[in-house]
Amino acid sequence: MYGKGIIKGLGVTLKHFVDTYLDDIQWWGRRYYKTGGIAHRSSKDTRGIFTVQYPEEKLPVPEEFRYVPFLVYDEGADGKKEVRCTSCGICAKVCPPQCIWIVRSNDPQTGRPVPEPTEFYIDADICMNCGFCAEYCPFDAIIMDHDYEIASYQRNVFNMQKLLKPASYYRSIRPLNYQRNDEERKAKEAAKAAKAEASAS
Amino acid sequence: MTTLVETETLDLAARFPGSAAVDTRPGYSGWIVNKDRLVEVATALRDEFGYDLLSHVTGVDYFPDKMEVVYNAYKTTGGPGVLFKVQVPRLDPIEVPSVTPIWPGAEFQEREIWDLYGIKFTNHPDLRRILMWEGFEGHPLRKDWHEPFYEEDFKPLKSRWPDGKYVSAEDKNPYKDNLQFPQNFDPAKVTLDGEAPLYDTLQKYTTVDAGIKTDHIIVNMGPQHPSTHGVFRAAVVLDGETIVSLKPVMGYLHRNHEKIGERNTFLQNMPYTDRLDYFNSMSNNWGYSLAVEKLMNIKVAERAEYLRVIMAELSRIQNHLILIGMLLNDLGAYFTPALYAFEERELILDIFEATSGTRMMCNYHRFGGVSRDLPEGVLEKIRGLVEDRLPRKADEFDRLLTENEIFISRMKGVKVIDGEDAIKYSVTGPVLRAAGIPYDVRRAQPYGIYDRFDFDVALRHGGDLYDNYLIRLDEIRQSIRILQQAVKQIPDGPINSQKPQYQVRVPAGEAYGRIEAPKGELGYYVISTGKPNPWRYHVRAPSFMNITALEKMCVGKKIADFVVILGVLDIVLGELDR
Ligand code: SF4
Ligand code: SF4
Repeated sequence: MYGKGIIKGLGVTLKHFVDTYLDDIQWWGRRYYKTGGIAHRSSKDTRGIFTVQYPEEKLPVPEEFRYVPFLVYDEGADGKKEVRCTSCGICAKVCPPQCIWIVRSNDPQTGRPVPEPTEFYIDADICMNCGFCAEYCPFDAIIMDHDYEIASYQRNVFNMQKLLKPASYYRSIRPLNYQRNDEERKAKEAAKAAKAEASAS
Repeated sequence: MTTLVETETLDLAARFPGSAAVDTRPGYSGWIVNKDRLVEVATALRDEFGYDLLSHVTGVDYFPDKMEVVYNAYKTTGGPGVLFKVQVPRLDPIEVPSVTPIWPGAEFQEREIWDLYGIKFTNHPDLRRILMWEGFEGHPLRKDWHEPFYEEDFKPLKSRWPDGKYVSAEDKNPYKDNLQFPQNFDPAKVTLDGEAPLYDTLQKYTTVDAGIKTDHIIVNMGPQHPSTHGVFRAAVVLDGETIVSLKPVMGYLHRNHEKIGERNTFLQNMPYTDRLDYFNSMSNNWGYSLAVEKLMNIKVAERAEYLRVIMAELSRIQNHLILIGMLLNDLGAYFTPALYAFEERELILDIFEATSGTRMMCNYHRFGGVSRDLPEGVLEKIRGLVEDRLPRKADEFDRLLTENEIFISRMKGVKVIDGEDAIKYSVTGPVLRAAGIPYDVRRAQPYGIYDRFDFDVALRHGGDLYDNYLIRLDEIRQSIRILQQAVKQIPDGPINSQKPQYQVRVPAGEAYGRIEAPKGELGYYVISTGKPNPWRYHVRAPSFMNITALEKMCVGKKIADFVVILGVLDIVLGELDR
């Protein structure tokens, strides 16, 4: 019969239409604007329309999500910012579009280079969010951010002041990575201490 | 697995004494052919030795003394290919005979080499620039060509570290020292008549006299036309509604990906490959890592091999889903099917995001493995998709479209291309298989661990639009089969066989890595000189190659069919224009 195929196809459309409401009923009141509902809508069991109403609703980003990087500082005892970066320059070398600029300085008294950079720029408009800088930084000093809402009317050239964020923020967005890094660091320090002890005795 | 061993069975030197010799440079393979006998050699390779599919042609600038044109041909019956080269002194005018009469698929590639390297192909039917515009000065892939804002030949750039000064591109005055104009150049007096050669060639067609006198009109489809899925243009001559002549115009999105690639270090190229066919970064990465891993002669970690297969096949599924959805958009069923297709794609992209960090620009491969392992719960999600949800989706599309009478009457019987022509024009991928040629790199020359999986090469015989639609569903089902096996077999273990290194050492030599991307054969031809940056980085982009046959496909069809043909060709401009 001519038109059978069309009717069959419309059946699919009808099913999609009904499914949304069925899912709505099943998840009565919890399908929208609720963490569980959003998680359900991005699971494999979701039915019907599963559009997320951005910006009212936001999909949670997974831990590995990467956007323009930031620099990490540890909070020192007297509230001092202990910047982890040592200006080793690996991130600037590995960065594919070459959007990292590092300015290093010397100690005015001793004349020797200080590890902490005086300035650190990332041209966020050029940054391709590849994640290499964070991946290859030997000090976990540069980490990919989760904040993706950075649209602005100007060029986004981030300087060090803008880039620095506390380690607690790092832990809050990437708990697993933070833990792993922390353990590695502690293990390394312990090994170093053990070695120092061994050579001292 | 070097090509040297593979090509040993073929003795070109014995067949053409004095005119063909083995390429003996360390790390290189294949043959060096005398320029004057190139056409003869190429004909013999095609007719006597059976290398019917010209995979790619490209140039290499061995600054300062020679230029080389590299040809790579395969048999559609499978097996290794033959690599042969022609060397010419680097003195303008550089001329090499064209192989377009033997393999018409070389037409656009030779135009590209002319455009970017300035090598003239004698006997070429239509040698115009292709990616750059007519009137452009110079040939940008030459090693001595420098663009405005030129800083240095190789990254990392010295200005960035350690005492770098931030400089933004717009602070640099383009009219200062970095820009070169021809002598006596006055911007006010420039007239751009670059379109004239295009319209001249467009007018070279022969038509059958139907007895009725009709006017022929020229229509420019694009660059801003919804059916072209980007900035692509086709200049078309119409006789009534019938296409009598067609020339694709491209390069609107050209950024000289290959020049960027030759400045990057080997690793830095990885995220750039994401931007070629931006729907399938997961498989783009693979071709490139294959080529570099061949050069480095390293093995890939076992678990990473499985992860690569899983990601590439998921990518293929979502690519084909979008293709079907957008095809329906082009046909006028506005957005309902497209959004149905996007649903499952969304779920697949969630997996990519959780694993690699982004949805589309995955940058997932590293030499010797992949960058991250699957986070907790993701393997279960993949399992759920491939065991349950995706097979249902394929069936749903079957119900939605396959028997739809309107769809069938539009699609059936409109032949895209037949098998024989498809091979001649170097068409690969689903379009070739829909025309009855069972050529799939995963089977023809298996890479990674594809030889371990049980799957069929999807095949249709009609080569019409409808078959081109059906083959996508077939391929989705085959990919699901592969995935079901892969998620069962995936072993535990490290995800990279190498230590993480931001600067890899790549021994000198050449390598060609190719994969079966969702759109066709995607290959990377990489030359290393042992330095941190590749000397040559060439992308054999399936979209670009398949578009070579566009005129052949469209002439004689209605203008409305052009839209659908372009739809099933599945071009993506990031890759086509590079
Ligand atoms: S961020 Fe890391 S890689 Fe970059 S300079 Fe600082 S320590 Fe080195
Ligand atoms: S994410 Fe990539 S592009 Fe961005 S700053 Fe880091 S290395 Fe550079």
